[in-house]
Amino acid sequence: MNEKQTDAARSWESLRKGHQSRPLEWLVERGIFLVSLSAIVMIFLIFAFVGREAWPVVAGKMNSSSVQTVIPVAEMDKHSPAELRAYLGLTKAKFDSMDLETRKLMMEIKVEADKEKPVDKDAPVNTTSWHYLFRPHAWTGYEKPSYIWQPVSLIHKYNLVPLIIGSLKATLVALLFSVPLALAAAIYVSQLAPAWAKEWLKPAIELLAGIPSVVLGFFALIVMATVLQKVFGYESRLNAFVAGIALGLAIIPVVFSIAEDALTSVPRSYTQAALALGSSRWQAAWKIVLPAAIPGVFAAVVLGFGRAIGETMIVLMASGNASIVSGSFFDSTRTMTATIAAELAETVTGGHHYRILFLIGALLFIVTFAANFAGDMVMHRLKRKLEGKA
Amino acid sequence: MNTAQPPAIHPPGRHFRTDGFDAGSFFFTGLTGLATFLILAILAIILGNVVWEGWGSFSWRFLTGGTERDMFSVENAGVLPMILGTAARVILMTIFVIPIGVITAIYLTEYARSGSLWTRFIRGAVNNLAGVPSIVFGLFGLGFFIAFAGQNLDRMFHAGAEPHWGKPAILWASLTLAVMTLPVVIVATEESLKAIPSGLREASLALGATKLETIFKIVLPQALPGIMTGGILAVSRAAGEVAPILFTGAAYYMASLPKSLTDQFMDLGYHVFILSTQSPDIERTRPLLYATVLALLLLTFTLNIVAIFVRARMRRKMRAAH
Repeated sequence: MNEKQTDAARSWESLRKGHQSRPLEWLVERGIFLVSLSAIVMIFLIFAFVGREAWPVVAGKMNSSSVQTVIPVAEMDKHSPAELRAYLGLTKAKFDSMDLETRKLMMEIKVEADKEKPVDKDAPVNTTSWHYLFRPHAWTGYEKPSYIWQPVSLIHKYNLVPLIIGSLKATLVALLFSVPLALAAAIYVSQLAPAWAKEWLKPAIELLAGIPSVVLGFFALIVMATVLQKVFGYESRLNAFVAGIALGLAIIPVVFSIAEDALTSVPRSYTQAALALGSSRWQAAWKIVLPAAIPGVFAAVVLGFGRAIGETMIVLMASGNASIVSGSFFDSTRTMTATIAAELAETVTGGHHYRILFLIGALLFIVTFAANFAGDMVMHRLKRKLEGKA
Repeated sequence: MNTAQPPAIHPPGRHFRTDGFDAGSFFFTGLTGLATFLILAILAIILGNVVWEGWGSFSWRFLTGGTERDMFSVENAGVLPMILGTAARVILMTIFVIPIGVITAIYLTEYARSGSLWTRFIRGAVNNLAGVPSIVFGLFGLGFFIAFAGQNLDRMFHAGAEPHWGKPAILWASLTLAVMTLPVVIVATEESLKAIPSGLREASLALGATKLETIFKIVLPQALPGIMTGGILAVSRAAGEVAPILFTGAAYYMASLPKSLTDQFMDLGYHVFILSTQSPDIERTRPLLYATVLALLLLTFTLNIVAIFVRARMRRKMRAAH
């Protein structure tokens, strides 16, 4: 609320006179309150329903091993119908509609299939358990333990580390590129620019936010990738660097807006006092206003990080999408968001691949939630402090 | 610096000390100004590149054609189904998001006590909702609207048959986008409600109106430009979003336009993605791709600029009123 909040304004908020004699208005006002909870409900629903699809993996109820212990057809009667149904992988309706002969046939097919099972030391491994999600493993054909994301193969390898590193790489490039630019622009627009320029500079920079991310992705893929490759001469045309720069373009308006907001909320009296003591405008901006607004700069970076790590289309189109673990920014990378976007359509609903992708989504949600929360807190505190001192 | 002289007066708009050349000021102002210029230059390069390359193939036939004959060449393909699909999903979205967003904003500005726990919770949720990654909205749409709501609707009304509700559809895509753009509408409406002088509310109360009457007959009509701005910003944001509709309704190709809420649709942003990544011959597709990007940019930018103007006018009026 602004400083104009007088007692009169406060009593308007808590005004409850109208509905005492009018039950209908009371009802409508209750309704307004209930609808206003929608944002809270939505946050809760997002967490609940993304989490619901991911839960079986977290709880260790999924099994992605490529071999099963075989039940011989003769021992069919020793098992309960529920066990058999799970063994055959059928829905209840389908299982019930089959007669005994058909079930027997299904059992025989299972036995036959077992004879042709893959010969691989990792075949019985449940790759959705925590160890295989985050720790390196020496898969068949690999000499050393390594982090592999290879969901569509004989052995489903679901190691999330390459994707996390990929996301962090692109985000780091984006922040290194965009934060200095956006911060300098924020200082210029809020402190140094002449008044007539301020008027249109801010909306002009924020116009960058109006470019859809798919267009930035397109631009990175078609134009920037070629130009940057010519300039820097690296090998892989699409990589974390190209994606990061395009990602940086997407978060410049975010970082700029928040930093500009923080700098502008520093009371004018700070600048005026500095100028009165004989400093020049840039000294006042650099030594007085910026230090006072530094938590806001931090908030801008944190919120920019949250936006960058969650951005999908740009990295999907410009990062090359190869899940390589390497320290180089010029290697093709696969990020968490791009993996979800690229793979979800081809998964079996309710299967382990599907659930792992939801798990990645839940991780993203938690990370961005934490970043937003921290950024908002810092911004809120800063504004209160500055208003209190004003 | 010559500190012996009395400090120079710095009128707004003057950055350089009048008592001689100040290298620090020159350097600092120049550097920050350069950064500002660089950002605007990048913006200009992107827009210029798209307009320059896209304008040539931006024909009437392109705007009114479909993709029946060939998807990837500019001679045969058009974008009409995508423009209509995007328009439909965005209009459907505003129907859901505007009432909920406006009512939430009314509660936050007119009823909520600013320090109370509920208010802090709601504000925190709104801020957090604005920062949830768009792909997570896509997962949410799939997990909640399709897998939960849709399949339960099917269980109740379409037992045993092919899924009718429990599959990607324009309805679910619109609802997902409505959840995503809710904060945009709330923030814009709140801003415009706060700008209305409290004298208006008090005058209305003094004349015997109840609080609710005051809000709906005095406050809301005044706030209409702000609500419109919120709606336009939400539409322009949603029109370009692809990630949330990837699994909730967008189709690679459809022979006909969506006829009901449960049909899938073709989408302009998704089409940009398809053209730039799936084309068998990118050089042949290039003119078509640029024209499609130009169409998408025209759509979102027109909306954005309209919103900026409405907002600027509103602010000027507000300043005059205070």
